[in-house]
Amino acid sequence: MPWTKVFLSEDDLQQFKAAENLRSLSYVEALREAQEQLLESDPRVFILGEGVDDPGGIFGSTLGLVEKFGPGRVIDIPIAENGLTGVAVGAAAAGMRPIFVHMRMDFLPMCMDQIVNHAAKWYYMSGGRVPIPLVIRSIIGRGWGSAAQHSQALHALFMHIPGLKIAMPSTPYDAKGLLIAAVEDGNPVMFIEHRWIYNSVGYVPEEKYTVPFGQGVVRKEGREVTVVALSQMVYEAAKAARELEAEGISVEVIDPRTLNPLDDELICNSVKKTGRLVIADVACKTGGVGGEIACRVVEKAPGWLKAPVKRINFADTPTPSSPVLEEAYYPTSLTIKETIKELLRR
Amino acid sequence: MSDCTNNATGIPASTLKELLRVMVLVRRFEEKIIEVYGLQDMKSPVHLCIGEEAIAAGVCAHLRPDDYLFTNHRNHGHCLAKGVDPKVLYAEFYGRVDGCCRGKGGSMHPAWPELGILGTSAIVGGGIALAVGTALASKMRQDGRVSVTFFGDGGSDEGTFHEGLNFAALKELPVIFVCENNFYATNSPLAARQPHPDIYKRAAGYGIPATALDGNDVVAIYLAAQDAVARARQGGGPTLLECKTYRWKGHVGPDCDHEKGCRPMEDLTAWMEKCPVELLKEDLLGTGVIEPWWYNKVVQETDQELDAALKFAKESPFPPKEEIYLHVYCEKGS
Repeated sequence: MPWTKVFLSEDDLQQFKAAENLRSLSYVEALREAQEQLLESDPRVFILGEGVDDPGGIFGSTLGLVEKFGPGRVIDIPIAENGLTGVAVGAAAAGMRPIFVHMRMDFLPMCMDQIVNHAAKWYYMSGGRVPIPLVIRSIIGRGWGSAAQHSQALHALFMHIPGLKIAMPSTPYDAKGLLIAAVEDGNPVMFIEHRWIYNSVGYVPEEKYTVPFGQGVVRKEGREVTVVALSQMVYEAAKAARELEAEGISVEVIDPRTLNPLDDELICNSVKKTGRLVIADVACKTGGVGGEIACRVVEKAPGWLKAPVKRINFADTPTPSSPVLEEAYYPTSLTIKETIKELLRR
Repeated sequence: MSDCTNNATGIPASTLKELLRVMVLVRRFEEKIIEVYGLQDMKSPVHLCIGEEAIAAGVCAHLRPDDYLFTNHRNHGHCLAKGVDPKVLYAEFYGRVDGCCRGKGGSMHPAWPELGILGTSAIVGGGIALAVGTALASKMRQDGRVSVTFFGDGGSDEGTFHEGLNFAALKELPVIFVCENNFYATNSPLAARQPHPDIYKRAAGYGIPATALDGNDVVAIYLAAQDAVARARQGGGPTLLECKTYRWKGHVGPDCDHEKGCRPMEDLTAWMEKCPVELLKEDLLGTGVIEPWWYNKVVQETDQELDAALKFAKESPFPPKEEIYLHVYCEKGS
């Protein structure tokens, strides 16, 4: 199935395209196309964010949109994250479909009051009278010494808040389909992207389509170990799985795609089969998503596990800047391979 | 009595009488809560607006049913002045299924979208940003609606006040910022929180017209709000109205916090001399717009309505326990 494919290299993709004769886009082009089609098809949709109209276009993800749709629907804003989140919440309450874009996820703590106290609780507090169809796009940064305030991944914070939905697409196909689904969902959605996979390429249909929330996908089937990988770690896990296959180790890679709702069933069924669970996340460990996923599996059926659960995360520290420290900070496919081998040795 | 204009302000007599009726409704609505609150079955923190009724009445008199209104934790008067039925408010405060939010919001979070009240934030300053957002939606859709946000002097401490004023001015949005300055954020006096006593002067920095008003003078508020609403509706952008007033009761609950030493008793006494309901009533009696029997009849009819509303609320069932899980997410989709 082309929409489940993860391409690890250009060669990979070209082989696939030649065989299947399919259209491909990069992750960033897919995001851009999704927004273009949403703006075209729904007058309620508008985009706001600091720099959405500038020549860089949020790493290219909003390029050309202001030229096509005008500054009334692609709105550059003051650097007032919380207040403008409130503006977006208010517009959503009035029936609009705002997409609020943040170049870095690190800026979301500025908006916590409006996200946590307002957007997330509004439908509930109003007794189901007033939904907040708001999508908040944010991008996890990494590398080039970006350091502690420009490389955070805070999805676990939002997973703790009832009323929010969370999407973490890893492929171009999911980037487009989940973004369209997020805008059509009718609830506040944290849409979390990763800067390092913006240039990854994959199959993307031209038409407007949605990827359903709460349905994970098996990126690679396997028998001995389940790796649940998030966002950019999907690529590292797929690479590790491919290399281990050559060594005779069979690894199943699962990409949940959305964290809320989370596809418990897909994960549990995989662990039931393999008996081993590794969770590879793009954030630090403590209080993180890995603990939640592991606990859901253990709560359901502790007897399935033949080995301890392993979590692969960043160090429980702020992100360092020096390239040497950065290299030590970020886990890779090698970390995943070593972890899996260790599990199988037990 | 005829509906001619009876004072120098040019406000029709029927309008003045309606302003008085609304203020009596708000006052008696709050006083009924005080009467029943001791029974401890209205299990919701109530923030009473007794002493501040003129602001809600004077501003809301200019609003259409579809205009947006965002209030705050001290919201009862605004909801009533916008036209919300006391029944659904009382039922909400009692946590009943017939409450405006099916018992999910309580006293601090009323919503009545039919009248443009899209929900209420009890985070100080929260509603300011939301009103700027509905105003942005109105401007984008050109639907001719205005948005009003009521907040206290405490709300003007918050970042959302500055962020909201800035963006509303920048985009010339149809929003009216109404600051009900009662000089206290809970028990912290304004002088301990802000270097200048005049909140309205902040608006000049954003190029927003602003006025300081006697918050107990409903006629002054009515006239200022008339200009502000007209300007917003005609595309002239936002206005800030600072209404200086005083809360008679404690920050939360039915008690007088002066007795606990929270605020000077002489301040309360002085402000009670300037009761907004009495001021208008005496003015209308003096100018012959109303007679005592008319006022007594309004109070009597209001009490009857509110007693019936309380009865309705207490007879309404509680929501079934399964409703804990209802309304976390909207299922309707696109």
